[in-house]
Amino acid sequence: MEQVKKFRIQNELGLHARAAGKIVELGNQYNSKLFLKKDGLEVDGSSILSILTLSCPIGTEIQARIEGVDSEDFMEELSELFEQRFGEGK
Amino acid sequence: MTDNHIAAPKQLQGIGVSPGIIIGKAHLVDRSRVKIKYQYIIDDKKLGKEVERFKEALLITEEQIATLKSKMPDHVKEHAFILDSHLMILKDTMLTDATVQKITDEKINAEWALKKSLQEIRQIFKQIDDEYISSRINDVENVVERVLRNLSGEEQPHLSEIRERVIIVAHDLSPADTTELNIGRVMGFITDVGGRTSHTGILAHALQIPAVVALESITDMVKDRDLLIVDGNTGEVVIHPDDSDIIHYQDRQLQHEEYQSIIAKTGHLPATTADGHRIFIQANMEFLEEVAAVKDHGGDGIGLYRTEFLYLRSKELPSEEDLFEDYRQVAEILAPNPVTIRSLDLGGDKVPSTLEMSKEINPALGLRAIRFCLKEPEILKTQLRAILRASIYGQVHLMFPMVSGLQEILEAKEILAQAKDELDLEKIDYNHDIKVGIMIEVPSAVIMAEILARYVDFFSIGTNDLIQYALAIDRDNEHVAYLFQPFHPAILRMIQSVVSTAKNAGIGVSLCGEMAGDPLCLPFLLGLGLEELSMNARAIPLIKNFIRSITIEEARADFENVMKLNTARDIRAYALEQAKRLAPELGEKGYLQNHVQESHTQMERKKAGRP
Repeated sequence: MEQVKKFRIQNELGLHARAAGKIVELGNQYNSKLFLKKDGLEVDGSSILSILTLSCPIGTEIQARIEGVDSEDFMEELSELFEQRFGEGK
Repeated sequence: MTDNHIAAPKQLQGIGVSPGIIIGKAHLVDRSRVKIKYQYIIDDKKLGKEVERFKEALLITEEQIATLKSKMPDHVKEHAFILDSHLMILKDTMLTDATVQKITDEKINAEWALKKSLQEIRQIFKQIDDEYISSRINDVENVVERVLRNLSGEEQPHLSEIRERVIIVAHDLSPADTTELNIGRVMGFITDVGGRTSHTGILAHALQIPAVVALESITDMVKDRDLLIVDGNTGEVVIHPDDSDIIHYQDRQLQHEEYQSIIAKTGHLPATTADGHRIFIQANMEFLEEVAAVKDHGGDGIGLYRTEFLYLRSKELPSEEDLFEDYRQVAEILAPNPVTIRSLDLGGDKVPSTLEMSKEINPALGLRAIRFCLKEPEILKTQLRAILRASIYGQVHLMFPMVSGLQEILEAKEILAQAKDELDLEKIDYNHDIKVGIMIEVPSAVIMAEILARYVDFFSIGTNDLIQYALAIDRDNEHVAYLFQPFHPAILRMIQSVVSTAKNAGIGVSLCGEMAGDPLCLPFLLGLGLEELSMNARAIPLIKNFIRSITIEEARADFENVMKLNTARDIRAYALEQAKRLAPELGEKGYLQNHVQESHTQMERKKAGRP
């Protein structure tokens, strides 16, 4: 099973440490593996440092790819996280 | 190495950021110096063991961070996410898998492999454009540091395990360090780096313990348990003090405590000169959180509320609601005392905006403050709407910075009128008679003061910039920084001229630069007719107390005498003599040395690019 979806970063600080941390935390609850891709560079979505190195300020578009049995649920929750701007209000 | 007992006393000068004098033993907090061994592991069988040892250290580190998090005191709970991200870094494949691979592939010991991994991550982070993200490397370093200590068997320097009362000596103190702190056992802080607004200073202030920062290499000079004297008033630190040093500082310490309790008791009372003239002493403020300090120190309101912080805090412009909430709270808390809000005093390079900014060679003379706001009227209008809306919650005044002539006032007032019209249409209430003033900090405004006075309700003389612009000195340029002279006769004449112009025109006038909080300048400022001063909140009790020993008549005579002196050096010497005569206790306690300190700090702020 593989899910692919694109997101635009909407929180003002961009994909910073706290937001990246929330992605990693979410991933820890699933068996599937998450990969994030920006400008042709794909990184391991379970590594907070890798996510940070993507350097995503507000407005950046990134692609999430999830591989594994529970990828559908994972993607759903991930979408919610992005939509809610990682719980940061703005 | 010299033995502690025979080492000669050594005096160092830093910046005092929290007052008080203490004598005590050093407790060195040094996170940056784990001694690690670099070894090749020739025996393949031992490689597996080395990997195990590394994983063991990771587990121990994980436990330590988890414990730290659970012990976090409530008032710093908001920083808990820092420790969460540390836990994630600890488990990150870029760190762990990479290190394990290096151990087995390169046949090196865990410490070496971990250092190499850190180096790689550092290289990657260096290439990141975003300063906020690239600075996260500090978190990685912090985590690696903990693992290295666990690998080497060196104990973590637990601040919370301090058993006796000590003076903390550190390169710098982070909020994470603070969470570990057993505050009851800390007598004071001294650090290599930092400035008046650094975390160390803010923390020390909150704890009411002395602190000195910017001592450059104090962590290299001091060993654990060395005897230290720290004078947070003057920024002096003495290492290995001898008996006479100790007696001298104990004496100062007693006097300081006595004096503090006297001035604190009278800090809330109005400041009235010995011959009965009321002087209004207000505070300069930058963060909402400082309001409490302003009230504690007895400020008669806010003479200068710098509003840049909300614009620097994030990458987006603050909303009208954000600004309004902030201003409303300050107005409400200080009512009925006035709050003078200064409109945005930033250059376009610091504000996210639609305007394409090219790099300026000389930003001090560039597109900033009112100039920038008039180029970007929507940004200004949003701020003015927020200020207007807050104006019904207290006594709010509005002030425009860096005005150089009438045209700017007319244009700014036009935008203010637009903001008022909008609010009228939207039926939103505001104070229709809000007082509007300008900063006098550009020499052309001094010359034009008589004309400008017809269009505004008050002047506020910003001496920091006025000195820079009038004496043509770039304070960031170390070769001319010595020319930054508040006592320059031209500066005193300019201030006098603005004050008398304002008085003749019947408008308000105050002074809000560092000079306002400087005891040396006080007699002159009163002598030339100022009745309103705005300063750093901490200086208020001292200045109020000093005012009570001055008579206006004498101050006028002083000012006349000073006007006969033609160099900054002569005037400063005269001022020092006067201050010592009027308030001998100030000289004895080192408060008059603060004078030099303040301008030093000011320069540092400039260097850091702060407004």
